[in-house]
Amino acid sequence: MAGFEPWTKERGTAIIGSEAAREGATLPILHALQAAFGYIHAEAVPLIAETLNLTRAEVHGVVSFYHDFRRHPPGRHALLLCRAEACQSLGADALASHVHERLGVGWHETTSDGAVTLQPVFCLGLCAVGPSAMLDGNPLGRLNCARIDAALDRVR
Amino acid sequence: MSTRVYVPRDAASLALGADSVAAFLRQAADVEVIRTGSRGLFWLEPMVEVATSDGRIAYGPVSLADIPGLIEAGMLTGGAHPLRLGVPEEIPYLARQTRLTFARCGIVDPLSLDDYRAHGGLKGLARAIEIGPTATIEMVTHSGLRGRGGAGFPTGIKWKTAADAKGERKFIVCNADEGDSGTFADRMLMEGDPFVLIEGMAIAGISVGATKGYVYTRSEYPHAIAAFNAALDVARREGVLGAAVLGSPHAFDIEQRVGAGAYVCGEETSLLDSLEGKRGQVRTKPPLPAHKGLFGAPTVINNVVSLASVPIILTEGAEYYREMGMGRSRGTMPIQLAGNIKYAGLFECGFGVTLGELVNDIGGGTLTGRPVRAVQVGGPLGAYFPPALLDTPFDYEAFAARDGLIGHGGIVVFDDTVDLAKQARFAMEFCAAESCGKCTPCRIGSVRGMEVIDRITAGDQPEANLELLRDLCHTMKFGSLCALGGFIPYPVMSALEHFPEDFRAVHREAAE
Repeated sequence: MAGFEPWTKERGTAIIGSEAAREGATLPILHALQAAFGYIHAEAVPLIAETLNLTRAEVHGVVSFYHDFRRHPPGRHALLLCRAEACQSLGADALASHVHERLGVGWHETTSDGAVTLQPVFCLGLCAVGPSAMLDGNPLGRLNCARIDAALDRVR
Repeated sequence: MSTRVYVPRDAASLALGADSVAAFLRQAADVEVIRTGSRGLFWLEPMVEVATSDGRIAYGPVSLADIPGLIEAGMLTGGAHPLRLGVPEEIPYLARQTRLTFARCGIVDPLSLDDYRAHGGLKGLARAIEIGPTATIEMVTHSGLRGRGGAGFPTGIKWKTAADAKGERKFIVCNADEGDSGTFADRMLMEGDPFVLIEGMAIAGISVGATKGYVYTRSEYPHAIAAFNAALDVARREGVLGAAVLGSPHAFDIEQRVGAGAYVCGEETSLLDSLEGKRGQVRTKPPLPAHKGLFGAPTVINNVVSLASVPIILTEGAEYYREMGMGRSRGTMPIQLAGNIKYAGLFECGFGVTLGELVNDIGGGTLTGRPVRAVQVGGPLGAYFPPALLDTPFDYEAFAARDGLIGHGGIVVFDDTVDLAKQARFAMEFCAAESCGKCTPCRIGSVRGMEVIDRITAGDQPEANLELLRDLCHTMKFGSLCALGGFIPYPVMSALEHFPEDFRAVHREAAE
């Protein structure tokens, strides 16, 4: 997975500026910032507010409303594990327990070596091939403990 | 000349290794690999199709290890092999379907406009331009098409309302925030036949006088997002979108926006707030979005499948479409068979097929081979039906009559290891996590609901707490602002009504 660049105010300002002309630009700006830096740095909030003529509270409200936006740097790899009903019907809960144990982390946490961030997700649209997950944007289907271990071995 | 081989690039096919199959085929033989969407027969994926003198011949499920043997067996000329499935359209699962909205999915190269045209594409848009907005809206109304996102509101009436509304500008918004577990039709279509959505939106735009459309796609669908953006580029370059749609005086363009993991943004008014750059909170209605929607302008907001069903209606006529179905549910529905089911996939057919036919006959029962115990239809807000209710026909009203909903057409099957008290608690937990927070019944009720279910299953005053849970569900159902808090009682109450034994503490101790 491509590494993220370190946050700088200059780069942040440039990214915000490149998306600001869109109508209702808050989400596109936040997505662009997260794509570049891996998370939304606290310093970005007042910059966005100023650019879009919003209050800082309004921008903070948007950042904190959506599950996708992180306020801390993530690990080098992102594992999204589906927790929704279709995957539950095929053992997603047991698979999640296995992953928690293997990685030694809970939801939204990153392994101590900074390698993998584990995120719950409610449906990847892979409900016909569950249990499913997405590792660094690559979909994985019909998972069991061995298959998820093999996938994690490939990135660690 | 190299042989043409078709390998899906649908995200579910990729999840089963389709990319490496495509790469290996390119190396192993003199082939031209064309990446398509999926036909939606996921137990056969990756399903590879070969263009032979007798038409396409399918093989599947193909793993990397199978490829040398397949090539040796003469796969490239349609040779015999245990994985040979024959002509795809003759596979019973496909042969039994009526593919209208998904007519091209899995067949065409999703980014080839020539392919799209060759398979009947753009005829609907040309017809809409020819007959004009009023006749187009009448046709959509007459077809009986209802919103495929779940609410089932007549599409033509929505369009007429927005067309009649006064506004300096108007918008078409496509709801591609397909968050219901068990559903993947929007994703498949955007990955496998994105032009049909573009065509449907352009027809809607011309009909109501909108020049700009937005597609709001959930962030969990990166492949759909990429495919649809690529299709937008092609459509602009080829004059399907832009200042003169297909050379007509109508202007229309589309921008895709990406959601950020909030389930509630699938609710139309919170989606609009999200598009405006705000927290995705539900709006009170009225005003209707058709009067005052995105940025305060008259807005048509439709689901992907609703919009993608419009081109075939324009092409073949309203009568052709409305002939299929039952009662007030006209036309076809792309039903998604998911979860613990043997033949999981997409099954498009006219309304009226029973749930039992879908689960047992077409779906082959559970994947695990154990008895079917519960079927949840319509996503996390849908009811859990026991086998006794499998005679329910797939129809908006028939499901409503049994305190269920068809939603976006997703069916999730559970075997006899399912614990319905746990599923009911999950419904409340999901609602608590995803509530937008605007109304109290949903925001607080869901948290209290979890607590009450915990007390019931722990054996703490079960009778009094069951009464409290029923009362709470009643309050949420009638007091919530939108379908999230309003429909969460469906899975909870259906679990309680049809599977009361799962809520008994004695039973639970025995099970543990």
